[in-house]
Amino acid sequence: MNEQHLFSITALFDIPDEIIHAAEEADKAGYTRFDVNTPYPVHGMDRAMRLKPSRLGVFALVFGLLGAFGGVAFMTWVTLVDYPLVIGGKPFWSWPAFVPIAFEVTVILASVLTVITMIVLYLKFPNNAHPLHDTLYMKRVSSDKFGITIQADDPKFDEREVRAFLGKMGGKDIAPIYFDVEELNHRQKLFNPKFFSVLAATAFVVSATTYVVFNKVLYMEPFSWMSTQEKLKAQRPSELFKDGIGMRPPVEGTVARGFLPYAFKGKPDEAGKDLVNPLLPTKEVLERGKSQYLTYCSPCHGNFARGDSRLQGQFPNPPTLHSDKVRNWPDGNIYHVLTEGQNIMPSYTSQISREDRWAIVHYIRVLQRAHNAKESDLK
Amino acid sequence: MSTAALDYTRELPVVEGRPTASELEATIVAPLDQFPSRTWWIAFSVTVSFLTIGAICVGLTIYKGLGLWGVNQPVSWGFDIVNFVFWIGIGHAGTLISAILFLLRQRWRTGIARFAEAMTIFAVMCAGVFPLLHTGRPWLPLYLTPYPNQHSVWINFTSPLIWDVFAVTTYFTVSLVFWYLGLIPDLASLRDRTTSKIKKLIYSIFSLGWRHSNRHWQHYERAYLILAGFATPLVLSVHTIVSFDFAVSVIPGWHTTIFPPYFVAGAVFSGFAMVQNVLIFVRQAFKLKHIITLDHLEKMNKVMIVTGSMVGYAYAMEFFIAWYSGNQFEQFVFLNRALGPYAWAYWIMVACNVVFPQLFWIKKIRRSIPIMFVIGITVNIGMWLERFVIVVTSLSRDFLPSSWGHYVPTMYDAGILLGSFGLFFTLILIFVRVLPVVSIAEAKAAVEGAQPKHH
Repeated sequence: MNEQHLFSITALFDIPDEIIHAAEEADKAGYTRFDVNTPYPVHGMDRAMRLKPSRLGVFALVFGLLGAFGGVAFMTWVTLVDYPLVIGGKPFWSWPAFVPIAFEVTVILASVLTVITMIVLYLKFPNNAHPLHDTLYMKRVSSDKFGITIQADDPKFDEREVRAFLGKMGGKDIAPIYFDVEELNHRQKLFNPKFFSVLAATAFVVSATTYVVFNKVLYMEPFSWMSTQEKLKAQRPSELFKDGIGMRPPVEGTVARGFLPYAFKGKPDEAGKDLVNPLLPTKEVLERGKSQYLTYCSPCHGNFARGDSRLQGQFPNPPTLHSDKVRNWPDGNIYHVLTEGQNIMPSYTSQISREDRWAIVHYIRVLQRAHNAKESDLK
Repeated sequence: MSTAALDYTRELPVVEGRPTASELEATIVAPLDQFPSRTWWIAFSVTVSFLTIGAICVGLTIYKGLGLWGVNQPVSWGFDIVNFVFWIGIGHAGTLISAILFLLRQRWRTGIARFAEAMTIFAVMCAGVFPLLHTGRPWLPLYLTPYPNQHSVWINFTSPLIWDVFAVTTYFTVSLVFWYLGLIPDLASLRDRTTSKIKKLIYSIFSLGWRHSNRHWQHYERAYLILAGFATPLVLSVHTIVSFDFAVSVIPGWHTTIFPPYFVAGAVFSGFAMVQNVLIFVRQAFKLKHIITLDHLEKMNKVMIVTGSMVGYAYAMEFFIAWYSGNQFEQFVFLNRALGPYAWAYWIMVACNVVFPQLFWIKKIRRSIPIMFVIGITVNIGMWLERFVIVVTSLSRDFLPSSWGHYVPTMYDAGILLGSFGLFFTLILIFVRVLPVVSIAEAKAAVEGAQPKHH
């Protein structure tokens, strides 16, 4: 060991009074870079070493105020500026309700940050590379002895003098502590393969976990936002019924509320005789009839009911509605055709409501009248 | 030490006998270096079985949904909330012992503080499970925090349930930091005495390189004092806020101003009963009778008389105010508690919380280990039933008789409750094996002759 790597000279004491005395004397002798190591805080040691009172309280105050004002300011910003929301008819800024959270934030910031400040700023931890570690001295003061260590970087340090001083104080096991030369010369490299592989493994595990959680797990039962539910949904099969269909058709003979079944099935003549258009040909009804006609009828019969749509030639030609036959039909007959269909024309009950069918009838009458206008109409 | 020889005018020794510092350390760390005994393994297998039952019930609840529980309208808060309040309450004794008794310079706390703090942390962990499950989507706890999100909406800061989130989180964090701060010097001592390389690595990491330096002790003691100062109002605030969950609502039987002090007293009451119960085993099993002395247990029993009487007063005052308010719904709710379908729970609660602890006025009972153990258990049964009575009776019969209901828990409710006990005692059993159950540094400082004479 080289002389230049000496860290300090240490001595051990058995009882607290001795260590207090030794600390007082070390201070009087003018040593400044010395420390006392005791298994528990010994009363009066701070005075003996003439340490300034700890200023951690100031930090705690600052952090506490930060928590209190920061908490209130944040809640104020949220409720007044960012997203004002009426809750229970109370004012936006209901400050009494902010008290609990402001208090909790104060406590958590003040406590946690004070401890972190102490550990990092005052204690300069974590530090497992201090020369005192792993020495017999440390083992003893960790258990039951009281130790004093006078460091070699003290301006007044002189090895022989310090040894003599500690001996005079009644110190036992006076011993030098050396820096660990190997540790001093050993610098950790960032690209140390061991360190680097741990880093890479950590990165891999973190990203793999994140991927699996966000892309797989969250789409699994039961995390999938209740997408799977034990109820019958429309258009889904079900084993409950013999036919395996989830949606049930209404029981035979079921009548929808407010609707009677069509009474003239297969009886066009009776329909023509007995049915009367329930709507008056008002402007609204004709407008409605026009829009429905143009939607459902015009593709085949043509916009003007001439049977001349662009589908001509592709199907058996749809007839014109201006024939004498249709013009002389009572309203009921036209309605019957819309309801039941005729030849290739299907029934329109599922697409066009009852009232709209009657409105279409009115509109067809308008077209017929317009197409076959008399001279007198122009006057 | 015989009972008659006790002289209460003198401060009792914190640690009995005069063990040297190294003897003390050897006693406290002994369980850490031995292979666990058969009794430990038996206890551990029992608690792990309970934990497994609970874990299965939790898993089924997550998979199938809350329909497995007994909760439904109108009783939508059942065992989940009862257990939450119960476990949070258990935790309160730990912080009271470590923080409030520290500020009050009650040196007898030395022997029991570390253990009680650990119990706080474990109890809060047990408590935290329940509201999380109660949300129905326990994998989305992030929604409870104010974080900027794509809906650009924030949590409701005026909701007592959100206050609860903040209170419990703060409580857990601060308790953990407080506990860890106390552990640092002990971990350093363990680091310096262990012969195992792996243990040494772990202790070195967690002791951060503590050197028992007086220049560090100075800041350390200040930090401890500051933390105790913050933890004291914190522990009072936590159960206050838990009681706000009830008191801020308009349900008869909940909407009362006595709830915060009443809940805090009840929490300390049940917490002390739990600490006392478990410490009886710990001091026996680990030969710590001279550090966790009979005097300490007796003092805890005294705290139980005080808090138990406060709880009893609160029960009486609730009835008085219900009558005095002239509010028919309040009056009905309290008559219903005492005479309705849950009267059995109410009267067991009164017996356990108000009547039995009064036996502690008798010194012989206060100092008899078997009797105090039994009373401690009844107190915890009583305190659990107290929360049951508060939650269930008020909800099952409130304003409209047409919307009354009856709450019956299911086996899943019972399984999760059992599992929370399993979790709690499993953690305790692990704790007593891996960390010193008594603060080594504090115990050394409390032995007679540990401090200089002329100062």
